Amino acid sequence: MRLPRTSPRYRLSPWSTPALVVIAVAITFLVTSGPILLAGANPIAAYAEFVVIPLTSRFTLLEVLVSATPILFTGAAVAIAFRAGYWNIGAEGQLLLGATAAAGVGAAVGDLPAIVALPAMLAAGALAGASWALLPALLRVRFGIDEVVTTLLLNPVALLLVTGLLHGPWRDPVTGFPESPRIAASAEFPALIDRSRLHLGFVIGLIVIAIAWYVIARTPAGLRLRAVGLSPHGARFAGISVSRTLIVAALASGAVAGLAGVSEVAGIQHRLTSGLSPGYGYTGIVVATLGTLAMPGVILAALFLGDLAVGASTAARSLGIPSQLGAVVQGVLLLTVVALLALRRGRSTRPADTGPAGAEATDDESAPVEEPVA
Amino acid sequence: MTFLIDLLAATLRNATPLVYGTVGETYAERGGVLNLGIEGTMYAGAFVGFAAAFVTGSPLLGLVAAIAAGLLSGAVMGILTVTFGANQHVSGIGLTIGLIGASEFANRLIFRGGELQRIDPMPLVNPLPDLGPASAIFSQYGLTWVAFVLVVPLAWWVLQRSSFGLEIRAVGENPEAADAAGVSVPRTRYLALMIGGALMAVGGAFFTLALLGSFTLDIIAGRGWVCIALVIFGRWRIGRGVVGALLFSLIYSLQFRLRILPGFGDLPFELLLALPYLVVIGALALSGRNVAYPGAYLKPYRRS
Repeated sequence: MRLPRTSPRYRLSPWSTPALVVIAVAITFLVTSGPILLAGANPIAAYAEFVVIPLTSRFTLLEVLVSATPILFTGAAVAIAFRAGYWNIGAEGQLLLGATAAAGVGAAVGDLPAIVALPAMLAAGALAGASWALLPALLRVRFGIDEVVTTLLLNPVALLLVTGLLHGPWRDPVTGFPESPRIAASAEFPALIDRSRLHLGFVIGLIVIAIAWYVIARTPAGLRLRAVGLSPHGARFAGISVSRTLIVAALASGAVAGLAGVSEVAGIQHRLTSGLSPGYGYTGIVVATLGTLAMPGVILAALFLGDLAVGASTAARSLGIPSQLGAVVQGVLLLTVVALLALRRGRSTRPADTGPAGAEATDDESAPVEEPVA
Repeated sequence: MTFLIDLLAATLRNATPLVYGTVGETYAERGGVLNLGIEGTMYAGAFVGFAAAFVTGSPLLGLVAAIAAGLLSGAVMGILTVTFGANQHVSGIGLTIGLIGASEFANRLIFRGGELQRIDPMPLVNPLPDLGPASAIFSQYGLTWVAFVLVVPLAWWVLQRSSFGLEIRAVGENPEAADAAGVSVPRTRYLALMIGGALMAVGGAFFTLALLGSFTLDIIAGRGWVCIALVIFGRWRIGRGVVGALLFSLIYSLQFRLRILPGFGDLPFELLLALPYLVVIGALALSGRNVAYPGAYLKPYRRS
C-alpha cells in the first residue's frame, strides 16, 4: 500500500492558513448572527443575502467588482508594508493624497489624449501617495519612532488638506459646493463593460497585485523584504540594509495606496470630494490580514469584502437589516483572524520556545502578523 | 474681554473629551498595550450613553451605560492582546471598525434613521458664581468639572503614587520583573485596559449627554486619534497629556471663533486644525531617539 502524496493530516489541519480563514469567517458569522436576530431577521437567510445573492445577477456581480476595486489597492498596499514588518496604518491618508493629485492632474490635462492623461494621473497619484508615506518611514529608520502613530496621525492631516482645498482654491466656482472641478473626459477611466460602473481601475488593481506578487515572491528585492519582515536582526546579519528595505517597502505601499485614490477619482467620482473614501485605507488592513498578507489572498479577500459590501446594501432593502452590519462583520472578521493567527503562533512556538519571553516581538521591531505562505 | 472669557470657557469645554480619552489611553499604554480601539470606544460611549439616556430618560444612567460599554471594550482588547497575544495595531483598528459599525447598526435599529432624537442634556453647573464676568469661564458641564477636579488628580495619584499604579507601570515597563515580584501581568493589564476603556467611553459620552444632547454619525471625528497623539506628546505623563489637550482645544476653539469674524473667512483654518497633529509629529522628530516608549510597549507577555 502506497502512502498518499501529501499528508492528509497536514491538509486537514485546522491550523493551515486557508482553513484558518474559513474558521474565522464561520466564527464571524456566528458572532454577527446576534445583531441579525436583533434586527428581526433569520441569520441563515441574511448570510445567503450577504454572500450569495450579490453573485446571482449581472448588475450586482459587477457591483461586487466595483466595490472590490479600491480595496484591492489598499489591501495590497498594507500587505506590502506589513510583509516587511512596517506597520503602515496610513493607507487612508496616502489614498487621499493620490486622489488629490489625480484630481489636480486630471483637471489640468485638458485636451491631451487619454494615452497621455491616464499615465500622467497614475504617476502623479503614486508619487503623491509615496511622498505622504516618506516622512514616517524616515522617522522610523532614522530615529526609531513608531510608524504606527505617525502614519495614523497623517490620515486626519490628509483629510484636512482635502477639505482645505475643497473649501478654498478648489471650491466649485459655480455651485459653491466643496467639490473640485470635474476632470477632463480623457482623464476618466473607461468603463470595462457597457451599462456598468466597472472601470479600468479594477484591471490596474489586478496588474499591480500581479507585479507585487512577482516582486515579493520571485526577486531579490522581494526576498530582502520578506527577510526583514521575518527577522530584522537576522536580515541585518545576512548583510541586508534593513533601513533601505523598510523605506522602499513604505514608499511602495504608499504609492499603491495612492493609486487607490486615482482609481476612485478617475473611475467613479470624476472629481475630488471629501467623502471620497469611506475608510478604504482601514478596510485595506482587513483585506491584507484576511488575505494573510499574500497577494492571491488579497485578491480573494477584496472580492469577498466587496461581495459583503454589496450584500449588506441589498440586505438592507430586502430584509430590513441596517447596512452598517457590513462594518460590524469587517471588524469582527479582522479581530477573529488576528486572534486565530496569534493562537496558532502560540501553538507553533510553544514546544521549541527556549528564548526569552515575548520572543515573537524582538527589541525594537515587531514581527509581522504572520509568516504567510508566499 | 468677553471674547477671551468665551474662548477660555470653550477651551475647557472642548478639552473635556480629550482629557478623558488621553488619561484613558495613558493607562492602557503605561500597562504596555497601545489601544487603537480608542476611536471606536469613544464612539460606542457616545452612542450607548445616548441610547440609554434616551430610553431611561436619565443622563446619569446613560453615563453608567457608557462606562459599562467602555469596560467591555477594554476587556475585549484585553482578550485579544493579553490572553491571545494578538497584534496590537490590528486588534485596535479592528475594535474601532467593529464598534463604530455596531454603534451605527444599533442606531439604525433603535432610532430607524428618522428625525434626530434629543434628550435633555446634563445642565451647566457653576460653583463660582461670584467672580463677576469671569465666572462664565466656570460655568461648565458636570463632566468637565469631574474631569479636571476629580479624574485628572486621581488618575495621576493612582498611577504615580499608589501601589496599583506601580503595578501598572511595572507590567508596562518590565513584565518579567513584575511577574517575578508576584504581580499578575494579565490581571493588571486587563484592569489598565478596562479603566482606560471606561474613561474613553465617558469622553465620548460627553458629546451626547452634555454638549449636544443628541447622537449624530461621525460624532467623534478622529478625536480618539488626537488622544493617541496627546499621550505621546505628554510622554505618557497624565499632567503633560492634559496640558496638550488644553493646547489642542485652545487652537480648536480659537479657529472656530476667528472663522465667524469678518476678514478671517478666507484663512485656511484646516491648516490650523492640522497643527496639533503636525506638532506631535514634529516633537517626535525633534526628540529623536530620546522618546522613552514604555519598556514593554506593543509586546505581549508570555512566561517562558
